[in-house]
Amino acid sequence: MANSPTTKNGVTAGDKPQSVGIMSVVAPAIGWFIPGAGHLIQKRWIRGILLMTSIFIMFFLGLAMQGHIYQPNGGDILDILGFIGDVGAGGLYVLTQAMNWGQGAISHATADYGTKYLIVAGLLNFISAADAYHIAIGKKP
Amino acid sequence: MTLALSHFSAALLFSVFASVVFGITQRSTSHEQIRYGLYCFAMFVGGVFAAGWVMWLLRR
Repeated sequence: MANSPTTKNGVTAGDKPQSVGIMSVVAPAIGWFIPGAGHLIQKRWIRGILLMTSIFIMFFLGLAMQGHIYQPNGGDILDILGFIGDVGAGGLYVLTQAMNWGQGAISHATADYGTKYLIVAGLLNFISAADAYHIAIGKKP
Repeated sequence: MTLALSHFSAALLFSVFASVVFGITQRSTSHEQIRYGLYCFAMFVGGVFAAGWVMWLLRR
């Protein structure tokens, strides 16, 4: 397929079903683990950088504001929901667990904003990963 | 490092980042993405002011 036209995804028309199939799994997975990377590997540079910047800054602002990181074994239903939100940040959540961040004593009133920042950064990353999937299957340009 | 933002600045920063992600993910073309991002930001900030006035009225 040397002379086949190349699409925007970098795949040729002849092997499109197989390549798109692989990308439809890889892009959201990488996009979940590294926010914005699902767009970057599909050459959506500006979108990827904007998503990465927004989610990274939001997550680290949440940590700087002494936000709480939920654990997988919270027990309470609200803790489980908080964990689902936090785990959306993928690699960032793994990093916080490895470094034991987000577990300190809260010393000011607006620290609850930090917890919300962390959860929403994870939830926004879920949306970002879904968007990377839609680009990979050709549903979105 | 501890960051202690005011309620308003925390809500404003939240609005900026959420609007960027919403704009990019919910629309297809660049023009639509910018417009939708600005719309979301306006709605977030408008909601902050509306909620502020509602709380002020409730407190009276």
